[in-house]
Amino acid sequence: MATPKKGRSASAQSKPGRSLALILIAIAALTGGMFASGHTTPRLGIDLAGGTSITLRAVPEAGNESAINKTNMDTAVSIMERRVNGLGVSESEVQTQGRENIIVNIPKGTNSEQARKQVGTTAKLYFRPVLATEVSGGGTAPSPSPTGSPSGQPSGKASDKPEATDKGSGSPSASPTTQGRAVTDALKADATPSASASDPAKSSPSPSASGGSDAAAGKLQEQYAKLDCTDEKTRSTVGDTAKASDPTLACGQNAQGQWQKYILGPAEVDGTDVDKAQAVLNTQTGAGWTVTMDFTDGGAKKFADITGKLAQNQSPQNQFAIVLDGDVVSDPYVRQALTGGNAEISGNFNQQSAQELANMLTYGALPLTFKVDSMTTVTAALGGDQLQAGLIAGAIGLALVVIYLLAYYRGLSFIAILSLLVSAALTYTIMSLLGPTIGFALNLPAVCGAIVAIGITADSFIVYFERVRDEIREGRSLRPAVERAWPRARRTILVSDFVSFLAAAVLFIVTVGKVQGFAFTLGLTTLLDVVVVFLFTKPLLTLMARRPFFANGHKWSGLDPKSLGAQPPLRRTRRPAAPVDPKEA
Amino acid sequence: MSKLGNLGARLHRGEVGYDFVKNRKIWYGLSILITITAIVGLAVRGLNMGIEFQGGAVFNTPKNTAASVTQAEEYAEEASGHDAIVQKLGDGSLRIQVAGIDTGAANEIKNTLADDLKIDPEQINAELVGPSWGEQIANKAWQGLGIFLVLVVIYLAIAFEWRMAVAAFVALIHDITITVGIYALVGFEVTPGTVIGLLTILGYSLYDTVVVFDSLKEQTKDLTKQTRWTYSDVANRSINSTLVRSINTTVVALLPVAGLLFIGGGVLGAGMLNDISLSLFVGLAAGAYSSIFIATPLVADLKEREPQMKALRKRVLAKRAQSAAKGETDVHEDESYAGEPEDDAAPAVVGPRNQPASRTRGRGRPSGKRR
Repeated sequence: MATPKKGRSASAQSKPGRSLALILIAIAALTGGMFASGHTTPRLGIDLAGGTSITLRAVPEAGNESAINKTNMDTAVSIMERRVNGLGVSESEVQTQGRENIIVNIPKGTNSEQARKQVGTTAKLYFRPVLATEVSGGGTAPSPSPTGSPSGQPSGKASDKPEATDKGSGSPSASPTTQGRAVTDALKADATPSASASDPAKSSPSPSASGGSDAAAGKLQEQYAKLDCTDEKTRSTVGDTAKASDPTLACGQNAQGQWQKYILGPAEVDGTDVDKAQAVLNTQTGAGWTVTMDFTDGGAKKFADITGKLAQNQSPQNQFAIVLDGDVVSDPYVRQALTGGNAEISGNFNQQSAQELANMLTYGALPLTFKVDSMTTVTAALGGDQLQAGLIAGAIGLALVVIYLLAYYRGLSFIAILSLLVSAALTYTIMSLLGPTIGFALNLPAVCGAIVAIGITADSFIVYFERVRDEIREGRSLRPAVERAWPRARRTILVSDFVSFLAAAVLFIVTVGKVQGFAFTLGLTTLLDVVVVFLFTKPLLTLMARRPFFANGHKWSGLDPKSLGAQPPLRRTRRPAAPVDPKEA
Repeated sequence: MSKLGNLGARLHRGEVGYDFVKNRKIWYGLSILITITAIVGLAVRGLNMGIEFQGGAVFNTPKNTAASVTQAEEYAEEASGHDAIVQKLGDGSLRIQVAGIDTGAANEIKNTLADDLKIDPEQINAELVGPSWGEQIANKAWQGLGIFLVLVVIYLAIAFEWRMAVAAFVALIHDITITVGIYALVGFEVTPGTVIGLLTILGYSLYDTVVVFDSLKEQTKDLTKQTRWTYSDVANRSINSTLVRSINTTVVALLPVAGLLFIGGGVLGAGMLNDISLSLFVGLAAGAYSSIFIATPLVADLKEREPQMKALRKRVLAKRAQSAAKGETDVHEDESYAGEPEDDAAPAVVGPRNQPASRTRGRGRPSGKRR
């Protein structure tokens, strides 16, 4: 009876040691990971640990002062909220202050510079056709005219000029290769003069166009000649006042860090046409981190139209520029109409900047432009003494739980307490690790929620223990009782945990902000509950049932048949029944 | 343990037990009373929404304000009569936020605050702040809640049956109403923490009800195949047999929260903990109570209206009348003391056992082998 029977099916129950080893390894790995990452405590929310407060002021637009109104401010707040709180777990707070300010509070340990960028960027996105472009100013590179020779800077431009391809069609573009580059530049160089022929409508302001009739275009041309993109001041102002429907000037940085200037046509597609964006590591073309966008139906059609038109042009007029807040982020060229309903922005991205941009494109542009007014640290919204009081109170409460379990379950309570400890260790390490990875921050309500989760975790093994005791009352010895009680307890645990998990999943998908953060914590603790009961409590009880202390129903084991009120006659007749055991579920 | 253990054993054998189903009208009445009180409290006093929901005023004191955060909090709460959130900024100034204040009141409070903090009122910068828990967050939360409730009712209707889904839903509404009502009566400010607390309760209430229903479902499985017990009898046995589990779970869940509420909030004076732990405490207690006293009797009520169950009741009553003399008590004792006689002695009886036996017991092996 003391050795496991070989005939048993290879279910988890038959190899309790394996499950226990698994969970212990998991804990060890998580703890190791926690120390290796250097984040040994969960990140705390503003209410517990304080953080950084950013004040943003709306910048009035000339001629449109009334744009700073409650509606636009509220929209800006909700967009910023979603940008800094994408997953809903970072516990950032965004609120308006006064008529034209927005305060953003982010918890300690968040990269505040990154957060500042996230909330301060307007993220107005336009796809504009390129009418002319060249490297701008400075001694870093020669600045060839649009008609310059192909030898001007063969390597300079090309690498930030990937080909725009349909993600779907996946035609492998040769753009980053040397040949591709040479071709591009050669094409670009000699093609410019003839560009007007292919698309006169759009190329009027371009250098080769005969658009002298258009005074504005001429002026733009003049400004373009003077534009020096290496000057930071010039850069920050150029194109800022441009309307989407007008041609404009813009600056952008190529892969070599050189500044390039552009004349761009009217916007054909804009940020509102983007349905969803995400950061992708493009290994296929070697473009590194890119941002892919899925267009809305209308956007996809517009995009197909413009790329179809551009593809017929010669370089550089077969390029379009992706302009974000007046800066050209990327200027791919097109060979064919892109009808896949998605596009890819490549450029100087690393993982973080790609994710940031994707995030902003997904949540949309701010209706107003904001300037950061001040950035300062703030202390915890709850005083430190309150947190301490809470911790003391929580510890007393937990001590009471332990005493209660000891008094009621005696020996069995060690399994209960160990299970709670395992659950606590898993929760703590996972939460600590989620801080740096997804920005998870723990606020006071979440701490309280975790305390309630103790109750739910404890319930799982209380259900199980009571089942085992009922079996013993029916006259079974411990080992069959443990195995027999399990399938039923398991069902109860799964059915009820499913309800909790359903709540967590639905709320996490649908809601935003703090509710989403709550849903995340609930889902995590529910899953851990199931993991702990299946991989720890049950196997441990199976192992313990082999110990004489429990199996013989020692008075202090909590499984004493006599004090549980099992029926004596049945006890006597029980021994021969032992072989029944292997057949049990 | 022995006393409690014995109680558990006797509950298990059905020697003791409280007739929850028979006395349900009392508990329905009690619940209706509490719910009405809660609704009246809600209607009369209303909820005191915190700054996160309705916005308020923010006062920025000049650099290097001498007063401590705690002091400033006291002053601000005294001056405004509302909860205040005070944070110290990097340059040593204080940011004091107070809920539910309009421009007029803000000026008054500014002057009082300036007096208390011994600063020139001109140096305090007062502005109105908007809610950080904006309409969009609230709307999405409601939407999520709605979808969840629909899904959970569907799930319960499939996993159990629609009557149980209805009863679980009623119990849920009952718990939430009571918690919100008591919140209104006590007059604490509603913060995001409160909302999170309410959501936690929502989850817990359903969880607890499902655990109780799971046992009920198991025990009523082959109910119509016997004629000794009505649905109500079995439902009652089911509650009693899971009573020990319910008590233990409730104690374990409530103890830490009670610690937060009474020791943390009460003795140590951590005011902010109160609002969360109160909603949790009331909600958890209500959740445990409603699973036993409301949800299960309600299922019994609904079930007894089913023609099948009506017929069963008739048969049971007829049989009881028949064996009136020897009757119930004997049968009952047989049941309790013989352990599991039903395999051979009374094959039809399934319902009232805690372990309804028939499902797994004796499957695939002669019943005699066990003895």
